[in-house]
Amino acid sequence: MDSANRPLSPHLQVYQPQLTSVLSILHRMTGVWLGVGTLVLAYWLIAAVMGPEAYGTAQDIIGSWLGLLFLFGWSYALFYHLCNGIRHLFWDAGYGYDLEVAARSGWAMVLFSIILTVLAWGLGIIAGGG
Amino acid sequence: MSLLTPLARVRGLGSANEGAHHWWMQRLTAVALVPLLIWFVASLAFLAGADYARITAWIGHPVVAVLLLLLVFALFYHLKLGMQVVIEDYVHGKFAKLVCLLGNSFGTILLGTACGYAVLEIAFGGS
Ligand code: HEM
Repeated sequence: MDSANRPLSPHLQVYQPQLTSVLSILHRMTGVWLGVGTLVLAYWLIAAVMGPEAYGTAQDIIGSWLGLLFLFGWSYALFYHLCNGIRHLFWDAGYGYDLEVAARSGWAMVLFSIILTVLAWGLGIIAGGG
Repeated sequence: MSLLTPLARVRGLGSANEGAHHWWMQRLTAVALVPLLIWFVASLAFLAGADYARITAWIGHPVVAVLLLLLVFALFYHLKLGMQVVIEDYVHGKFAKLVCLLGNSFGTILLGTACGYAVLEIAFGGS
């Protein structure tokens, strides 16, 4: 059966972006972006196995300004995906489908993900990283 | 009317022959990842600026090593399932899709195994 040219749903060319749809595609994008981040996690762990020198190099790269910027991006993506993932799990259990509730949980999720990111970096800076 | 044979209906596995297994494992790993990742990020924040000795001592601690192994397993399992869906949605050529799906499976298993090995080597190795 040839299904190549059937319109796809949601038909994005005529689909008005809105809170729920934007948050939804961001869940997918943060998921993929976190997948790239696992490469850094693997590099960090393997460097720790290879010894102090390799680990020092890894720390220099990750601790550079650019490294920290990326780390910040991954930390926010993680908390975004985590909070929205919990929202997903409530939907899977059958709760939260009213439009009003979906909008409120969406904003709450955005707020929580920002708070958690600030909290994590605040903790790191206080613990002496900087 | 159902097009399923009675046996297929009892098994409930559908045309992909795996039923809700993919969906369920994506959720199961997600639930596991919530506490594990909060613990992991909080620990890293506390360890900010720690030197090599302190980091490896932390990774090698029995409780930490076990939790890290669980984290690595749930993380790469979840990633494998998630990327699989993304590939199925966006990669359309039959051959390209197959290559991407194989690359996803092998890549996540390779990285996950390497991470797991690293944790074990630090916990049990001489260093
Ligand atoms: C706190 C932990 C996490 C939770 C609660 C969580 C939750 C979820 C849920 C519920 C889904 C399914 C979404 C859907 O059906 O559309 C999902 C998808 C996905 N997750 Fe996670 N996740 C977590 C962490 C991660 C991490 C650390 C990664 C990457 C390493 C990741 C990568 C992905 C990917 C690639 C997808 C597929 C995206 C899609 O199909 O749109 N997740 N996650």
